[in-house]
Amino acid sequence: MTTTNAVRDAREEAEFVGRLRAGDDGAYETLVGEQVGRMLAVARRILGNEEDAHDVVQDAFLSAFRAIDRFEGGSRLSTWLHRIVVNAALMKIRTRKRRPETSIEDLLPTFLEDGHQELSPVEWKKTAHEVLESRETRAMVRGLIDELPELYRNVLILRDIEDMDTKETAELLEVTPNAVKIRLHRARIALRTLLDPHMREGTGE
Amino acid sequence: MMTCREMVEFLTDYTNGELPSEQLRIFEEHLDYCPPCIDYLDSYRTTVRLGREVCHDPDGPPPGDAPSELIEAILIARRVEVSGSR
Repeated sequence: MTTTNAVRDAREEAEFVGRLRAGDDGAYETLVGEQVGRMLAVARRILGNEEDAHDVVQDAFLSAFRAIDRFEGGSRLSTWLHRIVVNAALMKIRTRKRRPETSIEDLLPTFLEDGHQELSPVEWKKTAHEVLESRETRAMVRGLIDELPELYRNVLILRDIEDMDTKETAELLEVTPNAVKIRLHRARIALRTLLDPHMREGTGE
Repeated sequence: MMTCREMVEFLTDYTNGELPSEQLRIFEEHLDYCPPCIDYLDSYRTTVRLGREVCHDPDGPPPGDAPSELIEAILIARRVEVSGSR
């Protein structure tokens, strides 16, 4: 089913929200038809797994239906739904992890008194291109992202994967923009640490 | 003079082009005489690229392609909720 990208003006949107609040079945069908594609794309990117993505989109719509009376119209419906599905997807990753969370400190490089790294960085023989070419190595990298501690993982996902800017990310996660910057930096450094053993050797060595 | 520790701290700002010019100068100067830090910078850039691109699956379904079964399931779930609350 193709989704339409109806752009309603403020008055039409308010009217549409009114119909949703009144429980109008037709309005709900329209809403789902319009938004499901975009929401599914978001869930797929964050979760990397079709079944999880479907579950999350379904949950997101149900949450939205239940909360429609609380929707204040300060932002557009599509923005509101986007937030709901992003939060639902981030929550889903949390429930997927089985191992206890590693502390971010354990994933950051350690330094000697003279300011040098304790473990001297080694050149990575493998390239990003090689990793991206193979389904297996892509899945491996996704697994490493999942291993990051939640607070840092969420920022990496929103900033680098969902391409949200610092301000939007801060609002969604309810933290300061400065916290977002610091966490993004640490998340990337931590991911680099996790990638390091896999990237040192080139393919076929 | 910048230490390797400081180099790592400024990495994100550097790659975002947000280092003030004096710090940028010392940062690049550090790279001139510290090959391990060049390796670290390269690996950091690769990491960022991988983080960004690994989630865009070239073999997956086209983004925004929603199966009708999913849409049906969502609408059915809503009807169940609605009838349950009557």
